[in-house]
Amino acid sequence: MELSEYQFEALNESMLLIRVGSTIEAACNARVHALARRIEAAGLPGLIELVPAYASLGLRYDLVHWSGQGSSAFDAIVRALQAALCTSQEDSAPTAAHTRLIEIPVRYGGAQGMDLESVAVSCGMSPDAVIGCHSGALYSVAMLGFAPGFPYLIGLDPRLQLARRADPRQSVAAGSVAIGGAQTGIYPRVLPGGWHLIGTTPLRLFEPDARPPCLLAPGDQVRFRPIGEAEFNAMAGSPR
Amino acid sequence: MTLEVLKPGLLTTVQDGGRPGLACFGIGGSGAMDGPCHALANALVGNRSDAAALEISLLGPTLRMQHDCVLALTGAPISARVEHAANRFDMPRWRPVFLRAGSLLSLGGMASGARSYLAVAGGLQAASWMGSASVDLHAGIGRALAAGDELLCKRSPQPNGLNEDQRWWPSWSINPKPWFDPAPRPLRLVAGSHFDALDESSRRALFENEFRLSADSNRVGFRLLGRPLKLTAGLELISEPVSFGTVQLPPAGDPIVLMREHPTTGGYPRIARVAAVDLPVLAQRQPGDALGFERIAADAAEQLLIRQLRTLQELAAAVRARVTTA
Repeated sequence: MELSEYQFEALNESMLLIRVGSTIEAACNARVHALARRIEAAGLPGLIELVPAYASLGLRYDLVHWSGQGSSAFDAIVRALQAALCTSQEDSAPTAAHTRLIEIPVRYGGAQGMDLESVAVSCGMSPDAVIGCHSGALYSVAMLGFAPGFPYLIGLDPRLQLARRADPRQSVAAGSVAIGGAQTGIYPRVLPGGWHLIGTTPLRLFEPDARPPCLLAPGDQVRFRPIGEAEFNAMAGSPR
Repeated sequence: MTLEVLKPGLLTTVQDGGRPGLACFGIGGSGAMDGPCHALANALVGNRSDAAALEISLLGPTLRMQHDCVLALTGAPISARVEHAANRFDMPRWRPVFLRAGSLLSLGGMASGARSYLAVAGGLQAASWMGSASVDLHAGIGRALAAGDELLCKRSPQPNGLNEDQRWWPSWSINPKPWFDPAPRPLRLVAGSHFDALDESSRRALFENEFRLSADSNRVGFRLLGRPLKLTAGLELISEPVSFGTVQLPPAGDPIVLMREHPTTGGYPRIARVAAVDLPVLAQRQPGDALGFERIAADAAEQLLIRQLRTLQELAAAVRARVTTA
């Protein structure tokens, strides 16, 4: 990717956004994660954090460190980033060492997967076929957001891609596995939500007291494994 | 060594310097809504600026000191009555105050503003998550103060010149004016990347119209009520990182300013951002207050913030030196 294809935008006085694209696509998201790895590898000083999203990368920096260089801090860090990106190679694919594969057990259907039947009807499939389709794909964590530990997973089979619910729910239970548009996600705690609920996992995606507090990280790969009631109940009581 | 919470107040939370660095997990920075007032309360009792202190919203808690301690109050002018044995007095603000064990501090309403900060010498020894004691209610990290809570802190040595009433404070105080000014004035806004997507009258309205702070505003975001703003055409946006001060425009047309507990990503148009130098001013507005905006260039906003940070740092260092060598 050419340097000119990155757009830099100030989000506030100590955070900027680097835009790589404007669509939710695996290839574009992979470029975001690759860009994050290149910036990390460049080891720029005064960099506080990188925040990958679908098609953009947030970058928080130390304003005082980057000020006083004859221009605004924003201009100074953008220049430094451009210089660093010019001299580093684009790594298109992460190495195996970079990527974790996390398996998420899911009890499909039932009280917390109450939309499984209606999703099956909308997709013209049987509920079992929906389960096979959802658990048969390999997903990647495009980004986390909305709430701590909430993963936006891409890789959903096009046959399962439905518009969001017309009336979002005020309260979706923790552990709910949901699909919406081209994405699937898992609710780390009780939250409002407009996606279709097809199952529930006994895993805890966010625990403030745990180390690490979040089960998933940006760029992780995820697979769903169907489980039954007994296995769900056995796992639900045990720690992560 | 504890402060006992008899009444929690409307919304009192422990806040320190926040927890930046975890936004990639969807975990926001949290921290004090009015950062400078939080830092100065800490400096006044000799703490690091980012020590854990109480953020008090609109109506304060009632606390009993179970030991001698030095406290400082900054931010919105809150009523602060102290009872110790037969003594009754008002706790002065913007200076360190030594109170005896057994003192009852009743914090009440605010004459103006929305947030006060109460720091204790040595800092609150509060529960910490991911390296920070900052409560983030929206993220499910920690909780607000409740009656019966005990806040741990250090015993303070008895100051010289303790009077017969068993209380003490210095004759000096910080001038609050640069750090808390309830007088209405326009807040400065930097145009955001979707500002140009507003229709012409909405672009004008943002800077010419008056807005009111909605009653459902909280530490997550401040909703601004006025004539709804409109885009020239719908934008198909995907979620992108957002930050403290981002002004989003949901479809209903009432702008929302993202505050400390905002989600780390958002998919609404970003029409503007509040200049960081004015975020503490915004944090002190009460629901129902009128708000107006004026435009400022990004570079100018950055320079103002750098100047504010320097002034704050110098003042905090000077105050800390005075307190710790006294």
